[in-house]
Amino acid sequence: MEQIKEKIIRIARRLLVEKQVDAVLGFQRGTIPMMSQPILIREPEQVDRLHWDSFCAANLATYLPQRRDRVAVVAKGCDSRNIVLLTLENQIRRDQLHLIGVPCQGMVDRRRVLAKLNGREPLAVSETSEHLSIKGEAFEETLKRTEYLRENCVICTHRNPVIYDELVADLTPEQSDLDRYQDIHAVETKSADERWYHFEELLAPCIRCYACRNACPMCYCPTCFVDESNPQWLGKSVDSTDTKTFHFLRAYHLAGRCTDCGNCERACPLGIKVRQLTKKLEKDIKDLYDYEAGLSLEEPPPLDTYRPDDPQEFIR
Amino acid sequence: MADKIIKKADLPALLSRLLDHYRVYAPVRHQGMTNFQEISAADQVDLSHVNTTLSPKSLMLPQSESMFEFTLDRTSDQVGVLREIEKDFSPRIIFGIRPCDAKSFQLLDLNFDTPTYRDPWWVKRRQSTTLIGLGCNDPCSTCFCTSVGSGPFSTDGLDILFIDAGDEFAIQTVTEKGEQTFSKVEIGAEGSNATTDAVLSVQERALKLMKSAVHSKNLKDQDEKALFEADFWDEVQFGCINCGVCTFVCPTCWCFDIQDEVHKGNGIRLRNWDACMFPLFTLHGSGHNPRAQKLQRVRQRFMHKLKYFVDKYDVGVACVGCGRCVQQCPVNIDIRHVFRLMNDLGA
Repeated sequence: MEQIKEKIIRIARRLLVEKQVDAVLGFQRGTIPMMSQPILIREPEQVDRLHWDSFCAANLATYLPQRRDRVAVVAKGCDSRNIVLLTLENQIRRDQLHLIGVPCQGMVDRRRVLAKLNGREPLAVSETSEHLSIKGEAFEETLKRTEYLRENCVICTHRNPVIYDELVADLTPEQSDLDRYQDIHAVETKSADERWYHFEELLAPCIRCYACRNACPMCYCPTCFVDESNPQWLGKSVDSTDTKTFHFLRAYHLAGRCTDCGNCERACPLGIKVRQLTKKLEKDIKDLYDYEAGLSLEEPPPLDTYRPDDPQEFIR
Repeated sequence: MADKIIKKADLPALLSRLLDHYRVYAPVRHQGMTNFQEISAADQVDLSHVNTTLSPKSLMLPQSESMFEFTLDRTSDQVGVLREIEKDFSPRIIFGIRPCDAKSFQLLDLNFDTPTYRDPWWVKRRQSTTLIGLGCNDPCSTCFCTSVGSGPFSTDGLDILFIDAGDEFAIQTVTEKGEQTFSKVEIGAEGSNATTDAVLSVQERALKLMKSAVHSKNLKDQDEKALFEADFWDEVQFGCINCGVCTFVCPTCWCFDIQDEVHKGNGIRLRNWDACMFPLFTLHGSGHNPRAQKLQRVRQRFMHKLKYFVDKYDVGVACVGCGRCVQQCPVNIDIRHVFRLMNDLGA
């Protein structure tokens, strides 16, 4: 991790000094353990603030739509896939970007670690490639890193950036032979009533703070449908129908556009597993179109395209 | 120091007796998060948390409150009449509230219960509620209550304070309302010197555990315009994704929006939480938005808490140091850092 950090800093300094970019988008160390803060560095003198560890989970593509400057971005596999999508959707141009690719070993889930500590507060967390060392007021604990990864990282099959201008480390072997959709199969096999009950339970804690939406790199609509006021599409209370409408519609809007970066779930203050909804649609798109979002700059999401020679009758 | 003590083993029996007279709200653990809920039995209560994920603000200011109902039916003699929707203001207890959260209700009183405006539901909820606090033996590293006028065992805003003193709770009755509660419900024995010693030792230990402090003494004298135009906002706001997490978990964010919802000619008028993080909060009917930019919205949140409130009420900042926003911001915007930037500007 330390080597990756040093490499990111070196590259950032070079890019800024040589004026290849106007700014570098990366992370700085957080003010609390197991947290980092997205940061934009404009001056070469500031590059030492850049940081890298297992808690740089936020998806930096979120900060790119409509930027006008030339910016270097520290990009994991998921960040790079969202950058591909944003490029395809004309939110940013590829030639504005310089991607500092980071082959990712999976990010650690702060909440999973906190749950393991069961109320004991971590005051300092350090890591090696295999372990996390956690120190608190009167305890020390060593955890195996791979056992505390974020759920989406556990089932990630694109840890290497899919596009990049330079890499900070050798490419990492990709995971294969895993079932990305275990939780989805479990819901799919339920009856309609059971499924409805499942969604009721899943979304009951929602406080409509919209952190999931705002954290999402693909939720960049200038005005989200829930914020339309003339006419207003959706009630503003915590009515469960309105809440479900928000979540379902948001998920549908992401069909074929979601990379399962997990930024939504990471941001939710109530720990709601909102990825279940987007993953079901990801699975459908894979089944129907054999398409995975954000892998190629040549292939736009299937629901974003139209072909006059489409074989299906209804579209003509 | 302690008026009374109660063995920990006797707490469920006490809560059961309280349930005979009151609606009781207490921290309940559900799916790994602890939040305040109305309980029906003592065994639902979980006091192992540092603090609840959400503040108890919603118990006084519900996230969505149905205020009035009305009809659009022109043939009805009720057309054009707003009828108040009945609410339950029967006596209730919030048990296990932390001193910082109790203090937040006092700060919100400044807005909802003023000589000019008295929000009737806020006032009635405050009057019908007895606050039984639980002191913080183990403050967490992001707690900074002691530097914003509260403390892990502060009794401000509380009617009764429980302090965990090992095998027993030491109980301090703070207000007349607290005394009335215990005149209805029998509690434990008189405190002893041993209890007093135990309480002093947990208090001393807790203060040592407090790791965070903020500086606010310059805020009042800082020039409002200089703060407003300060360069640091650009960096403070960069990472912000403009979600409402900080405002929704904050015990002192009180802003709301009023909406009518109509279905088949019958409507209700609702009051919903709203937040300065959202562009819609300030969108004018004309389409103009005075806070269209993220920077303006982020700045507003901190300026309101740490400058406008300070200037308007002269009772310190609109922050009780609970640290929820620090713990839960997905991109680590840390109010303690913003305190420093604002307080130290020009120094």
